[in-house]
Amino acid sequence: MNSVIRNRLLNVLLIAVLGLFLYWAEHNLDGYKIQILNLIAVNAILALSLNLIYGFTGMFSLGHAGFMAIGAYVSALCVLSPDQKEMMWILEEVVWPVSVIHTPFWFSVLAGGILAALFGLIIALPVLRLGGDYLGIATLGFAEIIRVLIVNATPITNGSLGIKGIPMHSTLLVNYAWLLVTLYCLIRLLNSNVGNVFKAIRDDEIAARVMGVNVFGYKVLSFCIGAFFAGIGGALMGNLLTTIDPKMFTFLLTFNVLMIVVAGGLGSITGSLLSSAIITVLLESLRAVEDPFSLAGFDVPGIPGMRMVVFSLVLLCIILYRREGLMGMREITWNALFRFIDRRKHA
Amino acid sequence: MSLDMFIQQFFNAITLGSLYGLIAIGYTMVYGILRLINFAHGDILMLGAYFVFFGTTTFCLPWGLAVVVAILAASATGILIDRIAYRPLREAPRISALISAIAVSFFIESLSVVLFTGLPRPVYQPEWLTTAFQIGSIRLLPLTLLVPAISFVLVMLLLWMVYHTKPGLAMRAISKDIETTRLLGVRVDRIIALTFGIGSALAAASGIMWALRYPQINPYMGIFPGFKAFIAAVLGGIGSIQGAMLGGLILGMLEIMAVAFLPSLSGFRDAFAFIVLLLVLFYKPTGIFGEHTEEKI
Repeated sequence: MNSVIRNRLLNVLLIAVLGLFLYWAEHNLDGYKIQILNLIAVNAILALSLNLIYGFTGMFSLGHAGFMAIGAYVSALCVLSPDQKEMMWILEEVVWPVSVIHTPFWFSVLAGGILAALFGLIIALPVLRLGGDYLGIATLGFAEIIRVLIVNATPITNGSLGIKGIPMHSTLLVNYAWLLVTLYCLIRLLNSNVGNVFKAIRDDEIAARVMGVNVFGYKVLSFCIGAFFAGIGGALMGNLLTTIDPKMFTFLLTFNVLMIVVAGGLGSITGSLLSSAIITVLLESLRAVEDPFSLAGFDVPGIPGMRMVVFSLVLLCIILYRREGLMGMREITWNALFRFIDRRKHA
Repeated sequence: MSLDMFIQQFFNAITLGSLYGLIAIGYTMVYGILRLINFAHGDILMLGAYFVFFGTTTFCLPWGLAVVVAILAASATGILIDRIAYRPLREAPRISALISAIAVSFFIESLSVVLFTGLPRPVYQPEWLTTAFQIGSIRLLPLTLLVPAISFVLVMLLLWMVYHTKPGLAMRAISKDIETTRLLGVRVDRIIALTFGIGSALAAASGIMWALRYPQINPYMGIFPGFKAFIAAVLGGIGSIQGAMLGGLILGMLEIMAVAFLPSLSGFRDAFAFIVLLLVLFYKPTGIFGEHTEEKI
């Protein structure tokens, strides 16, 4: 059988199996496990978007929390009913366009992504001239400015009180559908010529420029697409948690996403997917460390805050001892899988 | 605004600015030598303040001695961080070291939350520093004058060290070309450790003064001073010690004066520094004193 057709069939099969599993999970697992599954999908979207910017185009961006904040706020403002908004804004009145908007959920997520991409464009024009660590600091600064703006734009965002009671629309199927959309777009993009240009810029920017590539334009493109999906991830996350406030979107959030991307391997899509699942599950299971537990008869008191200690250590160890992460730049593909099985058969 | 108010604010700005400047020196020295943004620098500042706190409470040391011990301990921490987290990555791509620095920063913060708890702690202030005196109609704290004075002395000492001693010469050589310097027989790793030690000592000193001025400490107190000091270093031209001090003073002045003249902007105070950063990076990425380097193939 032609391997292209075979792979396509296998993809369809995999998606069908995933769909069945999610359908089963929705009806049989408890709320906590479903929440973890949801978080995996959202984290995967965020990790993929950062991987596009940093892993595939080589721009070290630390502004993810800002894009997520925009996505989450725009989506929440779109999806809340006007009555709810009037009830919640107690510091100042809601201003006009926000006060009447009421859109379906899918549109609110899309709007979150589009606005995040627009902000990405505004940011990209000044900062993408910078390289390396300067870019990191500048994007970090922009994320912080966005947060300060959200705190101070009380008539639009309800200021530091945040937004509560966002109606929960994002079920397992919805979240994973968005993940599939993200995956499809990114894989198509990265396998196209544009994707090759991104990778060329990552590997050697000067060489790419000498070859006549419009480096700045392609960087802006990659940055905006990344921001778009970060906004979508933020919107879904806000919906999943049902409350958002400006304190959520600090550098810590960017750090989490960065950790997933580095652990999975910069420039590996399957790596990002795998590490989103592993790290999300690990982060949740480490909650046990913060509760009191007994070990070999001794009562160990819970240590609040221990989770972040462990996680910063994990990231440190990865960067010191296994810099390429889980997958490096490799991918798990059907072809590789079949080659592996073939070799086993003949060996 | 009356003239008295202006003078009062002016002194506040000088104090804040010289603190930013002292912290910025640590960033600028490390960046000048290793091209690394030492994210953990702000956390060293926090540790310095905590060391004094525990020195005076848990170990019952007199305040002056506690300050000395804290500065030495913070300096040792800085050297240890370099040894564990940065030295193995000298040959790695620069961004790897930066990620390592971010991880170290989060590690120190979260470990401090575990060890010291996240609750803000009140800080002991020696009385002679905080009894206000009056000149005409201006009330000043001795602290407000002492902080810029100490900063000035420290910067002068540092400049003397960098430009008139052997280790200083080695530092300048490393910042130009690390490989050649190594070949010429300089023990590069020791000089880098020295740089981290000095930078961390300055950060601890400014952390202690920071805690005297804003007498409450918590494990996250280093983050914002750290960011702003880095911005001051970029503004002054990264790699330049005078530039770092000048950048710190300009930034402190901007922050205090903008809020003093336009109180309605006070909510945006934390965003000022970042806007300054973006303007500098956009118009003159090398800062005031920075050297221009062209990327070579």
